[in-house]
Formats: sequence, structure tokens, C-alpha cells
Amino acid sequence: MEEILEILEKDARTPVEDIAKMLKKKPDAVKQAIKKFEKEGVILKYKAVINKELAKDTESEVRALIEVNVTPQKDLGFDKIAERIYAYPEVSSCYLISGTYDLLLIVEGKNLHTVAQFVAEKLAPLENVRGTATHFLLKKYKEDGVILKQREENKRIAISY
Amino acid sequence: MTKKSLVAKKVEDMQPSGIRVFFDLVLGMKDVISLGVGEPDFVTPWQIREAGIYSLEEGFTSYTSNKGLYKLRLGISRYLKQRFGLEYDPEEEILITVGVSEGVDLALRSLINPGDKILIPIPSYVSYGPVTELTAGVPIYINTRKSGFKLTPKLLEEHIDARPKALILNYPSNPTGVTYTRNELKELSRVCLKSNIFCITDEVYADLTYDFQHTPFATLPGARENTLYLDGFSKSYAMTGWRVGFACGPKEIIAAMTKIHQYTIMCVPITGQMAACEALVSGRKSVEEMKREYRRRRELVIDGLNRLGLSCEKPQGAFYAFPCLKKTGMTDMEFAQGLLKKEKVAVVPGSAFGKDFSDYVRISYASSYENLKEALVRMARFLKKN
Repeated sequence: MEEILEILEKDARTPVEDIAKMLKKKPDAVKQAIKKFEKEGVILKYKAVINKELAKDTESEVRALIEVNVTPQKDLGFDKIAERIYAYPEVSSCYLISGTYDLLLIVEGKNLHTVAQFVAEKLAPLENVRGTATHFLLKKYKEDGVILKQREENKRIAISY
Repeated sequence: MTKKSLVAKKVEDMQPSGIRVFFDLVLGMKDVISLGVGEPDFVTPWQIREAGIYSLEEGFTSYTSNKGLYKLRLGISRYLKQRFGLEYDPEEEILITVGVSEGVDLALRSLINPGDKILIPIPSYVSYGPVTELTAGVPIYINTRKSGFKLTPKLLEEHIDARPKALILNYPSNPTGVTYTRNELKELSRVCLKSNIFCITDEVYADLTYDFQHTPFATLPGARENTLYLDGFSKSYAMTGWRVGFACGPKEIIAAMTKIHQYTIMCVPITGQMAACEALVSGRKSVEEMKREYRRRRELVIDGLNRLGLSCEKPQGAFYAFPCLKKTGMTDMEFAQGLLKKEKVAVVPGSAFGKDFSDYVRISYASSYENLKEALVRMARFLKKN
């Protein structure tokens, strides 16, 4: 992957000047490269990784992984039915996968009830959806490469040769 | 009679005491931003740690052969061949040491007869001189302050008449970060070959070379048989605490070093050796990532120091800056102690790295970008008030 992307993927707030220094490029060149990535849709957006266990007052508290079995449509395959599903704002991620079921969704809701309601009233009744299996998330250990547990740090000795 | 009188004179005379007092002061203080650290601030990459843990689970808890695990020596041999075209026989020309520190000790003890002279360019890493003296050798210090902290062929030639047995060359250098291009090294090697000076090279910071490719001394024309190449895993893979280094050189020298090593150390702890094997397999990507981060910090620190009037050249390697204090009117101890007491920032006084460097301090940028920014702010405040 392009080095600029690697840096931004790690810390989206790295200043352009710093990236330029790191890569020995001109800040303007870096700025332009980033613009280009944004325009081409390589960089889609910048967002914060939030540890929701600590931000207790958050709205969206419950997450579920939902496996969905669907009947593919002639000529369209899975794409059309996937689109009908991922259009719901409750669906935060949607993947087509190999194996015993077809689509894997990540759905967020205020509580168990709202998620269950979404499945029963919106998802399951869809034409072409043959079945669903809902797994509620109990605890998050690591997300997008970030370990969520605050660890005690090993302190280096403060001075050494 | 106090027990102190039992201590050998040679040992009693070691290590400038002023520095020790300063170190104790730092260690006794809380919430210090330390730019005094000689090790990476990264933790060893997970794959490498995992290999260490796994080896324990599998019951690898025994001695290894004195020279070190064959698997590790073979890995090092292949790595050097592939990366630098440098060939060492893993059977006879490679020894695994407890970091480069042990490598230096073994090298000097293997080479020195009483009175033998060893050339040490200064400022230098702290152990070379004292270890030379411990083995009854005579260190000859070559002051490089007038040549940008670089040993030059001319400086070297000025010391040939003393008939030195060996030269210890450390590059990229701790404490200055200075390193050499291939052409510069060629010239130095030429003088060494001509004057029969054996070269011990401490290249532990080799992977942290920023502006050009590192050249191992042993790859220079005719230099392989005249060089003992010391390197290790500490800086490249953030593995300081594992204590794994290696020495490569002519088999007679390696055999001599192994003799001492087998009596004094026996072998490097097996867990560290197993982890080091993994570092050679999966660690290279982490090296590149760490290097990029250091480069970013280097720009910040060098730029920041020069703005404060603490002038320093941009070093091409390691993670140190060695700025001059002349404009502050302070000595290294005054500066270091003042900065520590008033602003809680720790740096190492230059005199630790050689006489005649009390107008310098060593600043390590193996600390987070945020810490470095804050430290520069504090330094600015300190300089304004003093």
C-alpha cells in the first residue's frame, strides 16, 4: 500500500507537514496526493475509533452479527438483495462471504429489543431472505487493529547509555 | 578496613562519578520526560514476542551450544548474504553474544595483550574505553569535534605512529547519530589495511540509517578478513531487553571469543535466541515502520534544537542528536541538572561520551512525537529563564 495511506490508516490526524517530513516529500505534494486519494474514493472518510465501553452515555449500545441466507436473483446474483439490506441505517457493515450462509451484517441498536425488532420486522420478511441467525456481541477486545484494553505500560528506565 | 578497599584499583577508577550522581537524580524523580534513553520506545513486535512465549511453552529451556543456536547463526548468515552480499560461515565465523556489549568485551579481551593500543574516536559509546583498560590495553582517543564527529583518514593517519592494534568504529554513532558513506569508509579501511590496524565495528544502529544505504565495513574491498563485525537485534527490532547480539569475523578471532564466552557466559539465554530467529523471518516490516517514525522525529528534534540555538547537524542515523551548548554559556552538567530540576526533562551530559565534550548533551529521540514536542517547549522555557 502507498506509504501515505499506511500512515493515515494508523493516525488520520497526522499533519501533512509531518507526513512530508517522514517521507521526505514536499508538504504540497503530500497534500495533493491526499486530495487525489479522496477524489478517487481511495480515502472514503476520517473517523475516530471510540471505545464505547468507556463512553457509557452513548446511544448505540448493542451490536449484533447477523448471518443471512438469501436466494440469489437471476442475472443480478446477490448484489440487488444486498443493496436492499445495506440501505437500512441500522446496518453498519455488510459483507458477502463464502461458507454456509451468504451475507454477514453488523447491526447496531439502542438495545436488544430494537435489534430484534429490526430482524423480525425488516430483515426476515424480505423476499429472497431464507433465514437469519443473530449473534449479539458481548465484549469487544480489539477493533480495526486497536486493542481496547488499557494496559499497564512497561516503563523504560529513564536514563541509559 | 572498609570493604571498599577490597575493590580492584582498575575498577575503582572506572566511570566518571559526576555522571553517576546525575543518573541517580534522574531515576529518583517522577514524571520526567526522558530524552536520555538509549533504547527504542517501541515494544518488541508481537510475532517476535510470541515466538519467545511459544518456545517456553514447548519447553525450550536448556543451554544452547556455546556459539548459539545453529538455526539462529544460519539465519544471520543468510540474512547478511541476502541483504549485503556478505558471507559468513555459520559454523565458524558467527558467535551469538549477549548484545553488542558482550561482543565488544569479548573482542577486546581476545585481541589485547598488555599495553596494546586501541583507537577510539570520541565522542563514543561509553564502554569502549573502560573495557579496553580493564583488559590492560591502552585506549587512544581520537577527538572528532573538528570534523563533524567523523573519523577522517587524516585523523586516523595522525595516530598511526602509536602503532595501534585495532580501531573501534561505531556507526551510526551513539551519541552523535553520525554515520559514513561507502566512499568515506573505503578511505578509512584503506588506511587501516595499510597500517595493519584491525577494525572492530559496532554497527548495531545499521538499520536506522535514514538518508542512504548502510555499508557494513566488512563489505569494503579487502576488509572482510580485517574486520570484526558486531551487530544485534536490540535497536532494529526493539529487543533491548532480550539481550541478543552477534559477532562475525575471521574464524580465528571468533574461536578466541568463543573460548572466553564459554567460560563467562556459557550461552545467550535460549528464549531470546528463539525470538531472534523469528525477528529475522517476520521482523523486517516493523523495522521499516519504526524507521519511518524515527525519521519523522528526527526532523522535529533537529529543527527544534537549532531554533533554540542548540546547534547541531542533522545526523543520518541512530536516534540521537548531539547539540552544542556554547550559546547557552552553560556546561553540560549545569544544563542537564537545570533542565531536569526546573522542567523535568532528562538528557545525558556530553562528558559521559568523552573528555572534552562538556559543551554538548546527548538527546535521544526514542520518545513519542508528543513527548518530543513538549520537551522542546520546556527547553525553550528553560533557556529563556536562564
